[in-house]
Amino acid sequence: MISDRIRQFFVLFFVIGFFIYLFGPLIIMGLTAFNTSAFPRVTPWECFTVEWFEVLANDKRLLEGLRNSFLIGFGVVCFAVPLGLAGALMLMQVKDRVRPWYYTVVISPILVPGVVLGISTLLFWDRVGLMFGASRDSIFYNGFFLTIVGQSTFIAAYTMLVFISRLQRFDPAQEEAALDLGATHVQSFRKVLLPFLKPAIASATVLAFLASFENYNTTVFTSIGTSVLTTVLASKVRYGIDPSISALAVSIVVLTIFGAAMHEVFKRREEAEAKQAGLVAAGLQEKKKVQRQWFVDPAVIIILLVFIAGLGTAFFAGTMGVDECKVAVKEQKQAATKKRVEALQKRNQEREAAEKAAAEAKRLERSQRTGTENFNTIFSNENLKPQPGKKADTPRTGTENFSGIFDSGNLQQQAGQEDEAPTGTENFQGIFSSDNLQQQSGQEQPETEDANQ
Amino acid sequence: MSADVKLEDVWIRFGEFVAAREVNIHIQEGEFFSFLGPSGCGKTTLLRAVSGFLSPSEGKVLIGGNDMAGIGPNKRPTALIFQNLALFPLMKVWENIAFALEVKGVGKAERRKRADELLELIALPDQGDKMVNELSGGQKQRVAIARALAAEPDVLLLDEPLSALDLKLRQHMRTELRAIQQRVGITFIYITHDQGEALTMSDHVAVMSQGVIEQVSDGNTIYDSPESSFVASFVGENNHFAGTVTHVDGDFVVVDTPSGSIRARNIEREGQKQLQSGDEAMVFIRPESLQFCDNQSFDNTLNAVVERQEFEGNFWHVFLDVEGSSRTVSLSMVNDGSSVVHDVGTSAKIGCNAPLAVALPAGSLAAE
Ligand SMILES: Nc1ncnc2c1ncn2[C@@H]1O[C@H](COP(=O)(O)OP(=O)(O)OP(=O)(O)O)[C@@H](O)[C@H]1O
Ligand SMILES: [Mg+2]
Repeated sequence: MISDRIRQFFVLFFVIGFFIYLFGPLIIMGLTAFNTSAFPRVTPWECFTVEWFEVLANDKRLLEGLRNSFLIGFGVVCFAVPLGLAGALMLMQVKDRVRPWYYTVVISPILVPGVVLGISTLLFWDRVGLMFGASRDSIFYNGFFLTIVGQSTFIAAYTMLVFISRLQRFDPAQEEAALDLGATHVQSFRKVLLPFLKPAIASATVLAFLASFENYNTTVFTSIGTSVLTTVLASKVRYGIDPSISALAVSIVVLTIFGAAMHEVFKRREEAEAKQAGLVAAGLQEKKKVQRQWFVDPAVIIILLVFIAGLGTAFFAGTMGVDECKVAVKEQKQAATKKRVEALQKRNQEREAAEKAAAEAKRLERSQRTGTENFNTIFSNENLKPQPGKKADTPRTGTENFSGIFDSGNLQQQAGQEDEAPTGTENFQGIFSSDNLQQQSGQEQPETEDANQ
Repeated sequence: MSADVKLEDVWIRFGEFVAAREVNIHIQEGEFFSFLGPSGCGKTTLLRAVSGFLSPSEGKVLIGGNDMAGIGPNKRPTALIFQNLALFPLMKVWENIAFALEVKGVGKAERRKRADELLELIALPDQGDKMVNELSGGQKQRVAIARALAAEPDVLLLDEPLSALDLKLRQHMRTELRAIQQRVGITFIYITHDQGEALTMSDHVAVMSQGVIEQVSDGNTIYDSPESSFVASFVGENNHFAGTVTHVDGDFVVVDTPSGSIRARNIEREGQKQLQSGDEAMVFIRPESLQFCDNQSFDNTLNAVVERQEFEGNFWHVFLDVEGSSRTVSLSMVNDGSSVVHDVGTSAKIGCNAPLAVALPAGSLAAE
């Protein structure tokens, strides 16, 4: 009983922990895309906004990188998918004894670090270019070409794995049947094998595109002057980021979820069809009408509605009342700053007053004691004080210096000094304090807005 | 059109392994010919050599008198129905059937028309628009036949097409296959390891064992006059008694066995010597050829004790412990009301007449 509870608790704990670990960063990042704060962060929350999407849509460099990444991804798909298919078909053809060797060779690009692939692509095509005496603006020095070729070296191996797993389920008797019925090899490939491989071609395409899209370590070498999404992002991170990167990430995540949901729906439709076919074949069920068209499938409609509603809500909530909110936040901040400054001034004044009073008191005390010039006053505080030209004759003089170090008055004073620190922006102390950053962002915001207009 | 198929001294080797050994067979045009043999004996291999997926290591394959060496499967006048059918699962039924026409470049309307005709032939009208996996096993079977027939082959090769079906359907499909063969009139070469199938459908049967053709004959002859101990033990039930030939008497021999001497037919075998005095021999007697002696007299009688009995409606199967034989001997009798039931444990004499006993040279038996 008890141990069951404990176990359940731990399982729950683990599951929650795991999901936080997985999705926590994504969620935080997603939230930062909607905060007006100029630095991507969630606390303190300022105003809900979609302005970062606007910034994103106007970021020329990022958009160019995005476009180039799409083009390169497309090129990689066109190159790596047929290459992977050819490799997989070849694997099915070679003799059993050669197969492990062949497999190792064609799969090895996956094991080679991307950096090495990038550099070697660069070097290789440079040599080839030299051999043909090609000029610097020829294809051998073109960032698009080099990136497509460089990425394809290992992406083709990925796609090959996809094709292999599909081909292993292909019944070679089908190809023989086609031949036996008079088809040529080409016809049997086109009419029998290719339709069977269609789903694998689709997954290989998606896989190749995504692998190309997110690749950095090969691309950073092969892209040369061409900016692609990952290199643009990397340089952005180096020179300071703003939440438009989060906005980009949110867009990608939303599109991915949308795509995955649609894929799931279509897969289920297919499965339902197959199941029904089985029942019909077993004579358990009359053949029903064909399934509804996909665009009237309730699941599809619900997903589309959720998608559109989410977009709409974000848009309205993120555009309406943002300016008011921003003004309010700014006022709030200014008020807070003013208050703080006032408080500091007040404290300074108080301290000055206190110091003055203390000095006055000391002076008075000293003047009282000056009269007694006997040895009985030799241990008096006043005498032990170091006097110019007179060497301290007792070790106590040392203590004298430290006396009062724990004096409560002193401590108070020091604390007062510490308090002072935040006001001094010239110090580095407190540079990361949230107050400071808030202040800065408050200053920056108007600038970015100006730039956008 | 129809064509004959001739295998001349065909050897097929896979490395060291010999899958077909000196095969010589002439299959007449328009006949229903079966290869019968246990699993792994090389039936599929031979069929693949005929259809062109495999070229023999030695020897010739002739179809319609033409040497097929160097001619690919898509150029041969054969169509193969695969052991697992190999229908195209992504095509509709009619597209499957019309595939042979499609690759020839026949127009769609014409293809559809021909497919519908063939669907009529295999008694599956109006099923053309289904997907293949919406069909039952027997229907798939017939579609595979129609698909092969659409190629208008001279020879149709069938590799155990009925093995995946249940008994009822298998029996039904046997008659259907035979009917289709008679309707289209082309040569059928049929592979099976089910002797019932081979015997009921075929004009001629070739019995194979380990790559060797043991006997080629019509069903009756194979059953009644097997030419080797393998054929005798593989086709149908048989009791066997090993012994030595003591003397030859016309078409009969007398074999001395531990259970007593048995007079049996001395089978004539093509191109081989008959049994001689002193030869090691095996006598085969079918369960239905054995009878309890009771008051009758037989050429051969054996002493036995009833061990077990099984009642099968139309038949009684009796299992006996025969004197001098370590193996249980089975005896079947028709349940015609006149048969006398012997209790388990009682001793009885059983007998059989000489023409129903078969004497063959000692040799390997089919595994049980
Ligand atoms: N490609 C091959 N390489 C090596 N040996 C093979 C090959 N194909 C078949 N064999 C061998 O040849 C023998 C005959 O095989 P085959 O497929 O002809 O048997 P079969 O009579 O059709 O049996 P089944 O009734 O089980 O289908 C088997 O022992 C098999 O192992
Ligand atoms: Mg076989």
